[in-house]
Amino acid sequence: MARSVTTQHKTIATAAAWIVALLIFFPILYTIITSFKSEQEAIQGFSIIPSGTMESYAEVQAQSGYFKFFFNSVLLSVGSTILALLVAIPAAWSMAFSPTKRTKDILMWMLSTKMMPAVAVLFPIYLIFRDTGLLDSRIGLMVMLMLINLPIVVWMLYTYFREIPGEILEAARMDGASLWNEIVYVLTPMAVPGIASTMLLNIILAWNEAFWTIRLTTTEAAPLTAFISSFSSPQGLFWAKLSAASTLAIAPILIMGWFSQKQLVRGLTFGAVK
Amino acid sequence: MKLRTLTLGLLSASALAFAAHAESITIATVNNGDMVRMQKLTDDFTKANPDITLNWVTLEENVLRERVTTDIATKGGQYDVMTIGTYEVPIWAKQSWLLPLDKLGDDYDAKDIIPAIAGGLSVDGKLYAAPFYGESSFVMYRKDLMDKAGLKMPDAPTWDFIKQAADKMTDRANGVNGVCLRGKAGWGENMAFLTAMSNSFGARWFDENWKPQFDQPEWKNTLQFYVDLMKADGPEGASSNGFNENLALFQQGKCGMWIDATVAASFVSDPKNSTVADKVGYALAPDNGLGKRGNWLWAWSLAIPAGTQKADAAEKFVSWATSKHYAELVASKEGWANVPPGTRSSLYANAEYQKAAPFAKMTLDSINAADPTHPTVKPVPYVGVQFVAIPEFQGLGTTVGQLFSAALAGQSSVDDALKQAQDAATAAMTEGGYIK
Repeated sequence: MARSVTTQHKTIATAAAWIVALLIFFPILYTIITSFKSEQEAIQGFSIIPSGTMESYAEVQAQSGYFKFFFNSVLLSVGSTILALLVAIPAAWSMAFSPTKRTKDILMWMLSTKMMPAVAVLFPIYLIFRDTGLLDSRIGLMVMLMLINLPIVVWMLYTYFREIPGEILEAARMDGASLWNEIVYVLTPMAVPGIASTMLLNIILAWNEAFWTIRLTTTEAAPLTAFISSFSSPQGLFWAKLSAASTLAIAPILIMGWFSQKQLVRGLTFGAVK
Repeated sequence: MKLRTLTLGLLSASALAFAAHAESITIATVNNGDMVRMQKLTDDFTKANPDITLNWVTLEENVLRERVTTDIATKGGQYDVMTIGTYEVPIWAKQSWLLPLDKLGDDYDAKDIIPAIAGGLSVDGKLYAAPFYGESSFVMYRKDLMDKAGLKMPDAPTWDFIKQAADKMTDRANGVNGVCLRGKAGWGENMAFLTAMSNSFGARWFDENWKPQFDQPEWKNTLQFYVDLMKADGPEGASSNGFNENLALFQQGKCGMWIDATVAASFVSDPKNSTVADKVGYALAPDNGLGKRGNWLWAWSLAIPAGTQKADAAEKFVSWATSKHYAELVASKEGWANVPPGTRSSLYANAEYQKAAPFAKMTLDSINAADPTHPTVKPVPYVGVQFVAIPEFQGLGTTVGQLFSAALAGQSSVDDALKQAQDAATAAMTEGGYIK
């Protein structure tokens, strides 16, 4: 009896999970469906069966080449993530294994920078970029994206590192390992799953970042966010083309997210239940 | 061998010299049909100017406005040509942010630019931006529904007639709304329409001393008429409808009338996308017999920021894109109906254009009916028909737009919305130092 109740509960829970997942995924699915419609079909109300035309994709590609933007997106998201890890691993290590009484305050302060609206610092940042010649440069944007995501990266790594018993590091030290050896040969291999999920999340965040990537670029460093933005029109209904551009922009990150969902969920929920 | 090396060396040196000479200019623009077409036709320009290469940055209108404003205010120098509107030109020219366009070439014929448009883009008689396409607003209506209602649309209707026609055409059971108007909040959205409409009701944003006028009966009449009309005959959820939403409704046959940009005529009359293409008639924007019509004036224009290092190349491009030659080029490749409208008088004198664009005369008449320097019945201290050309207007216009959109949605009364608009405008004008 008890067993059948459990099965029934499980079925309901599974069905509910599917419904919620479908609801969340539906806008993306409908964007993909719309991208295979003609402009005329796209404005004719709701329909989930497209005619399957590829004309929007052809026009989008002809109007502004996809691959230059794609290349920039890959470079910026991967580059900024590597930079962020280089800074965040030592920072999280020191906070996790040699905390001071101000560590918690510093962590909160780092996170608080995420609470400020980005537009509030648009002018100062723009001026700094102009004076250092970094406007429309990939390096400048990589640093910018690194700085934006750094608080989250440090927090995630800190949470993960705290799970690693300090005794192991102590043992390494007793065996004569230097600080460098301790981080590189003992801590990092043990924290690989945590670092991997932090990396994945950071890549997704950097890929989707649309405020600075649109405002600090013009032609050379513009990533896929600028590519989508260029298909939004105030006067004219180009929904199919906009959907095709959006699908092209989200497809790579969607596929990556799909294959790495296990690591992502693990990284996001680590330390959540204690 | 030596000779070969020498030749190769000379060739590379000349290639390098050419590369050093070649200039690349960056053009910021919006994703409107006419702009996209221009990007496709630039071979004609680069063939005639092989030493200039063009880089395009296409952005959504609001993002473009924010990007170019940031860049020009900080002299960032990211753009050599900017696509801006009639709102920005007088403000930016006065700040010396734009270069005057005085080298457009001998055959450019600047006098051919429609005077109402040229007036909005000039400061002290000097042209600071060249119009790429111009627009006013007018009434687009369904001829078949008008016939069914037993009415005939006059060329120059009054607001009372619009109300009467809307009441008769509304057939909610069959999904037909008598009239579709903008309701989405924004200075360039509902406030473009409502400010132009208020001109025909005798209202104005400010008196001669910059005192806000939302507490005057003219504004009350305007907003009350608009809210009542939309409640009785407008589509559901009108407070979130802008140009594109109303365009979709009209094309699907769900609007009896739509008062909006003249550029919409080419969309609603296009049989490929519009189900009512052969049933659309056009009329001037309505009035109340006070001498001003409820139509606006706008021109997407090309301007050169003062911070550019490539002013000559940029001006060559601006001259090409807004020339008579460009109009002929578009006509030869894509037909006369696709030539950017509303900028040159000669286009409207062209018999082929008149044949291809049945809305041509009404567009020109609408543009000519707007006067940005004397936009209202009573005198005002500002320039602009559907906006006030002061830097504070973007923020204030959007705040007032949100209040009026809330009144349309039924979240507040007309009186409350006007009172709050008056307070917001008074605060903004005091802060800006216009009033004490």
